[in-house]
Amino acid sequence: MADTNVKAAPVQEKEPLFQFGKKERKLLSDPLNDNNPITVQVLGICSALAVTSLVYPSVVMSIAVIFVCGFSSLFTSLLRNYIPKQVRMIVQLVIIASLVTVVELTLKYLNYPIYKQLSVYIGLIITNCIVMGRLEAFAMANKPWRSFLDGIGNGLGYGAILIIVGIVREIFGKGSLFAGSPIEMKLIGPTAEYFINTETSTLFGWYANNNLMVLPAAAMFIIGIMIWIQRSFNKKLVDIS
Amino acid sequence: MGEFFNIFIKAAFVENLVLAYFLGMCSYLAVSKTVKTAFGLGLAVIFVLGITMPINWLIHEYLLSETGVFGLDLTFLRLILFIAVIASMVQLVEMVVEKFSPALYNALGIFLPLITVNCAILGGSLFMVSREYNFSESIAFGLGGGFGWFLAIIAIAAIREKIRYSNVPPALRGLGMAFILTGLMGIAFMSLLGIDPAAFQ
Repeated sequence: MADTNVKAAPVQEKEPLFQFGKKERKLLSDPLNDNNPITVQVLGICSALAVTSLVYPSVVMSIAVIFVCGFSSLFTSLLRNYIPKQVRMIVQLVIIASLVTVVELTLKYLNYPIYKQLSVYIGLIITNCIVMGRLEAFAMANKPWRSFLDGIGNGLGYGAILIIVGIVREIFGKGSLFAGSPIEMKLIGPTAEYFINTETSTLFGWYANNNLMVLPAAAMFIIGIMIWIQRSFNKKLVDIS
Repeated sequence: MGEFFNIFIKAAFVENLVLAYFLGMCSYLAVSKTVKTAFGLGLAVIFVLGITMPINWLIHEYLLSETGVFGLDLTFLRLILFIAVIASMVQLVEMVVEKFSPALYNALGIFLPLITVNCAILGGSLFMVSREYNFSESIAFGLGGGFGWFLAIIAIAAIREKIRYSNVPPALRGLGMAFILTGLMGIAFMSLLGIDPAAFQ
């Protein structure tokens, strides 16, 4: 009996701390489609929709969420054996709140206009259900490296949706892309430049901006349609009830 | 008093937390399958928002700001303290509901503790800070915001109960339809932007 115990332990130890096999790749790729945090798990929609009227703030927001999601999973997983069950929510919230404070202050220092534009939504990453949901569902029961990858993966899934919605809303609502960033460009509309248009003619010069796309309601329609498309291709996600 | 009513109306209808700012979407979409549970959750949100908002105002004014007890600018602790207040208030509501209405407690299930991570609650507190409300205004904003959230979740729950009898494309059933309905409701609520809150003073 004692012999088998001794043998079993080293096998566990042999597993390297950082490995990147099939399972780990699945942790990263699963949230992008089959288990997407927004369109399948319906988590984290709250802060997602309000910032997507332009692409640049969406990108900043995605990076912030990926950072917070990854590192809160890592820290929670490191502490998972020391957190008492009754107060785990509070401990998780404190971990998340500290990371979000770091993000908030860093962004305030690096890029004040974007910080102003995102306003309360950076603070609201704390209550972003994706972060909390992944801590509860994954990080409390798994090793640090895997939890870290899972957090990053879910952050990526969230960011992908955010950026797609942002691109659609900005092109059709403002006719531009990446407005406010160093690589700002006007794609369509009377003043369009770059890519699609040559110097003498504008291909989409007739386009007038659609103000509906700037409204927050448009984000709901776009995500609704994205869910429709995704579920048409991925039958196992269809809601039978 | 006029100012109080003014902010209440504005928070409930014109700047509705769900339909204009998309706060508290997770529980809004997850608990809106039947009107009964939506009603219970809506009441809980009104209660929690109405209580946490003044408490957070006091904390922000007397503990964190430079004119407060410590005389230091401690606003970087704001997020952590706000979320701690909210978490303890939700715990309190949970105990009260469990004692007085076990049926409602069972119906709400996991979503009662999840009010802690309902963005509408923390978002309300952060809006209160950025808009520089005073004490009575923060109470009005809390109650009004909660009432607006309550109205929105009741409305979507009623629509979703009826739409179950309609022939929606399979891939759009459930979640997809809920998103599109919320978008339509958001546009409908925008017509209330025409209300001039000054008329109530």
